[in-house]
Amino acid sequence: MSEEIKWESQSDMPLMAMSLGRMTVNKTGSWRNLRPVLDKEKCIKCGICWKFCPDVSISIDEEDYPVVNLDFCKGCGICATECPKDAIEMVKEE
Amino acid sequence: MKYTIPEQEIMCSGHKACQGCGATLAMRYALKALGPKTILTLPACCWSVIDGPFPYSAVGVPLFHTAFETAAAVASGIRAGLDMRGDTETNVVAWAGDGGTFDIGIQALSGTVERNDNVIYICYDNEAYMNTGVQRSSATPWGAVTTTTPARHFKQERKKDMIGIMAAHSIPYTASASVAYPEDFIRKLNIAKETPGAKFIHILASCPPGWKTAPELAIKLARLAVQTHVFPLYEIYEGRYYKLSMDPKKKPLIDYIKPQGRFRHLTEEQVAEMDKQVDERYDRLKEQAERSKSWFEAKKEK
Ligand SMILES: Cc1ncc(C[n+]2csc(CCOP(=O)(O)OP(=O)(O)O)c2C)c(N)n1
Ligand code: SF4
Ligand code: SF4
Ligand SMILES: [Mg+2]
Repeated sequence: MSEEIKWESQSDMPLMAMSLGRMTVNKTGSWRNLRPVLDKEKCIKCGICWKFCPDVSISIDEEDYPVVNLDFCKGCGICATECPKDAIEMVKEE
Repeated sequence: MKYTIPEQEIMCSGHKACQGCGATLAMRYALKALGPKTILTLPACCWSVIDGPFPYSAVGVPLFHTAFETAAAVASGIRAGLDMRGDTETNVVAWAGDGGTFDIGIQALSGTVERNDNVIYICYDNEAYMNTGVQRSSATPWGAVTTTTPARHFKQERKKDMIGIMAAHSIPYTASASVAYPEDFIRKLNIAKETPGAKFIHILASCPPGWKTAPELAIKLARLAVQTHVFPLYEIYEGRYYKLSMDPKKKPLIDYIKPQGRFRHLTEEQVAEMDKQVDERYDRLKEQAERSKSWFEAKKEK
């Protein structure tokens, strides 16, 4: 459902405004100035970073570590601030 | 991993909110609690933009964009339509900003609550008209700078007590919430889901550009608002029975004020004046909660 929607002609369009696809077409990772980097040594796998990400950009892997999806992470830094163990550092994007 | 909030993600990535937007987290949590069988109505507000342009959407449930003043009325209409079709299960939720609730949508909201229509109204409060560039609303706190209340003429009026107005309608359930306490917010939405009739939830949602704050502080500030008693978390049942959701030991108000550009101009005396207002209101709430204690005890025994 995350593909871009294209119409050949006007008659292909729905008769009224409706949602046909999801905003995951919009890769917001390009907004980012700072990138979160996890230090696995410090991480206690509490999931607090996952809980507070406004961009749904953190998932939890099989070993319970958080993984950042850089396609969408906007680099707000909330995950780094909220981490109780300071396991996430925000580093400058090149 | 042991999750403290539901794992399901209904809202998706790629939305158009600013970095660190509290309003977006509020929606993410709300949909986790409400589930996919939910219909939203949405007046003009930041969320009209956040959701994305046609033909895309970020919420993953049906969403109706409505005229500014009509979120509650449209929700009432959708509820009536669903009920006619025998669908009493789907949650109908009006989702509006503070401008669309405290000012512009208040008469439609009052009508919905007076008729006790079976809908949940959620106001995400970022304390100004953010989408149009930070104009003051009646939810903007005393002392704050907005583009219509510049530093030399900062906001002179106190924040409107919207939950009090809802209580005066004898609404079956109303509560405040904060994006810093998602477990509490989700618990309250579960109560709202189970309670027939009208429900009103007021959630404080930090806004980095509007509050002139660093995006990484969004959650910390929403938490400090509760810890400094600026934004108490409480519930009111049947419009009469008050319960504090938490009663934290008060942190100094300045901890909340200082990181925010919108309060930067305030003098020490003005912060003291604000502190007095905060204490006054908190004391009144505590009195109301004290008076309600016996009702909650009787309810527990039943
Ligand atoms: C009748 C009407 N008046 C004004 C507007 C312009 N307008 C669009 S969004 C908005 C601000 C909404 O503020 P709020 O409800 O607090 O939501 P926020 O943008 O802060 O999320 C305004 C004034 C409009 N769309 N319709
Ligand atoms: S920096 Fe912000 S957007 Fe990126 S993963 Fe952390 S909380 Fe999410
Ligand atoms: S202006 Fe504020 S409320 Fe609006 S999208 Fe940006 S952070 Fe969110
Ligand atoms: Mg607003």
